[in-house]
Amino acid sequence: MSTQVTLPRYEGSLGRRLALALRTPGGAVFVLAAVLLVAIVVSNPNFADPGSLIRFAGRTAPIAIAAMGQYYVIVSGEFDLSMAAVIAAQVVLAGNFIGQDEARILPGLVVMFAVGALIGLINGLATTILKVPSFIVTLGMMLALTGLVRYVTGGAATGNPSDAFRDIGRGGIEGVPVVGILPFSLLILLVLAALAVWLMRRPFGRSIVAVGDNAEAARYAGTAVWWLKTRAFIISSLSATVAGILLVGYAGVHPSVGSGYEFAAITAVVIGGVVLGGGRGWVLSAAAGAFALELLFLLLTSLGVPSTWRSTVQGVIIIVAVALAGRSWRATRRPRRRGGVAPSTPPPPPSPPRAQRQETSDA
Amino acid sequence: MRRTMRAGALASAAALVVLAGCSTDEISDSGDDGGNQDTEWFVQADFDRQNEQRDATFQGDESEPWLQYLEGDMTDTSEFASEGPKKVCFANASISNPWRQTGWITMQQQLQVLQEQGVISEMETRDAQDSDDTQIADIDYFINEGNCDAFVISPNSTAAMTPAVERACETGKPVVIFDRGVETDCPTTFIHPIGGYAWGIDTANFLVDNLEEGDRVIALRILPGVDVLETRWAAAEKIFEENGIEAEDHFTDADPTKIKQIVTDAINQGQVDGIWMDAGDGAVAAIEAFEDAGVDYPVMTGEDEMSFLRKWEETGLTGLAPVYSNFQWRTPLLAVQKIFAGEEIPTEWVLPQSPITEDDRGEYLAANEGMPDGHYAKFGGEDLPGFPQAWQDR
Repeated sequence: MSTQVTLPRYEGSLGRRLALALRTPGGAVFVLAAVLLVAIVVSNPNFADPGSLIRFAGRTAPIAIAAMGQYYVIVSGEFDLSMAAVIAAQVVLAGNFIGQDEARILPGLVVMFAVGALIGLINGLATTILKVPSFIVTLGMMLALTGLVRYVTGGAATGNPSDAFRDIGRGGIEGVPVVGILPFSLLILLVLAALAVWLMRRPFGRSIVAVGDNAEAARYAGTAVWWLKTRAFIISSLSATVAGILLVGYAGVHPSVGSGYEFAAITAVVIGGVVLGGGRGWVLSAAAGAFALELLFLLLTSLGVPSTWRSTVQGVIIIVAVALAGRSWRATRRPRRRGGVAPSTPPPPPSPPRAQRQETSDA
Repeated sequence: MRRTMRAGALASAAALVVLAGCSTDEISDSGDDGGNQDTEWFVQADFDRQNEQRDATFQGDESEPWLQYLEGDMTDTSEFASEGPKKVCFANASISNPWRQTGWITMQQQLQVLQEQGVISEMETRDAQDSDDTQIADIDYFINEGNCDAFVISPNSTAAMTPAVERACETGKPVVIFDRGVETDCPTTFIHPIGGYAWGIDTANFLVDNLEEGDRVIALRILPGVDVLETRWAAAEKIFEENGIEAEDHFTDADPTKIKQIVTDAINQGQVDGIWMDAGDGAVAAIEAFEDAGVDYPVMTGEDEMSFLRKWEETGLTGLAPVYSNFQWRTPLLAVQKIFAGEEIPTEWVLPQSPITEDDRGEYLAANEGMPDGHYAKFGGEDLPGFPQAWQDR
């Protein structure tokens, strides 16, 4: 065993691996989401209606997408605080550039993605090349964009863009059995989630976790750290752009659209068991964290928590959830250290710790 | 139609006044001065006064509602009478919502008229961007370095702005306050529409008249702690309670995403019969939540913002557009004109405030055709230069 050159790809049966995975914070978030869902259905059986569940999933998609984007930045050891401002800027851009002219939908989308990529590029280069902490860079970007949006709109809503454009975030495939409608936003989330899982199995995904865990080691191993992190920021801004497109469809143009999204996305990532500071966590857990967060808010609504109290309850629950997640990571970590090289409790298949371990063992 | 509704509203309002008179345990958390039902945001005397003012007769020409006022104390301004153009200094709270943006345009167009007439030389404006601190600094700057002949102040908040307004009064120059008030009677005039209670009474009575006892209303409120918004809700909540309407309030920050989620969740929890809003910004998102859920439209009160009026007509829902008279933005500069002419003006200048009903909706939609969604139907600038272009390009 100790002389083996390559580690086995998986250890144990699928059931055993699943059970073990659920004990890590990255897996437990799925259990948490399920428990919250059951609690909501018990508190108000109307929520069990498949139609309203699928709509709930549809409207949570933008947050889940933003959380997956934020995941790349956090797992690489950085922060992206500019997300909400990017969303607001894109929403206003959609309202002003596309307006009621359907011929401008495609050019509008191109412009929005170009702007999103540019913002990510600036965030990434300022962090990696200029060595400004990402906390400061993205905070500055947030202020700059917020100011720009205020300047353009004066702080109030402009007109909504055309209904055809809004259909991306508001419409869906109709006439689907059982659920009635399949929101486009949910389909977009599923496609992006598949893409994210695939990306995490590519060298890019493996290296970005390694960079988050130990940037110095990754650099000695020949990784272009600056370009990896910059790409993470670009992914984050692009995911905020997609969230913006979905939100402007869902609700319409207002400079306040997206407010609190940087907080929501980071919270979702942390609830999903991704370690702040980088190097640990699963991308789908970030998306599941977004669902758990929204389910929690829905539960508070369902229980009739008064509006004045709601923020306090949310805040306390988030602190508790993050504290528990942190404890449980430490708990799963210690025995493994003592167990030597061969892990007795491996996390789920595409999990970062394994990837990183493979790299170091290869080196 | 309008008359009968008014009568009904009056009857229910009268009933609630009687009810309020005999119940003592209604608002249990009313504070330490037992027996008094007033809370921070609900003063029974103000409620009663605004309730009466809703049906009062206003002085002046009905075609110029921005110059109409309720009979009351007048300020003698003969000491200010003087010739020649004057410099006005305007400390604005913000232009961060469509209501204020619309009014701000109207004010600038009114300024143009007065400049051409040689009444005002220039107006220097400082925008406090919703900050008390900034506005205090703005007012002090005007006092010390502004070289102002008159002050116009739209306070950001009531208590915090009072000392700064008092300092402005001490200069001996005319001080005109409008929209939100301050806790001093030193200004030359305080201009405002009837007020938040009147809004709350109009809207809650409309919902009560069009709903059954036990029906469920979702109240969408922008944020807590702003007097002109709190009083709207305080009055409405009282009327809902007294008529057996189950109202739940939620804070939205005027964010359409939040509004739509709140309304969607409420619909999922159980039937929603009515929507009440303390401001119309975001009304469309609330209506869309009903469309997307595939359920019947609610009975709804929004505001005279064009987006709501248009959606209201398109959907044919049972609705009312309460009005917080946007044309009040014309009045301060006209008051300055009267002050320097030495004409007496109302000390508290209460402007008319009447909702747009389904009957007169068509008229207001036609009059404001081509205006952006964030425009307010009762902006009162149709006879000003630049109409309609100035309000369309924003």
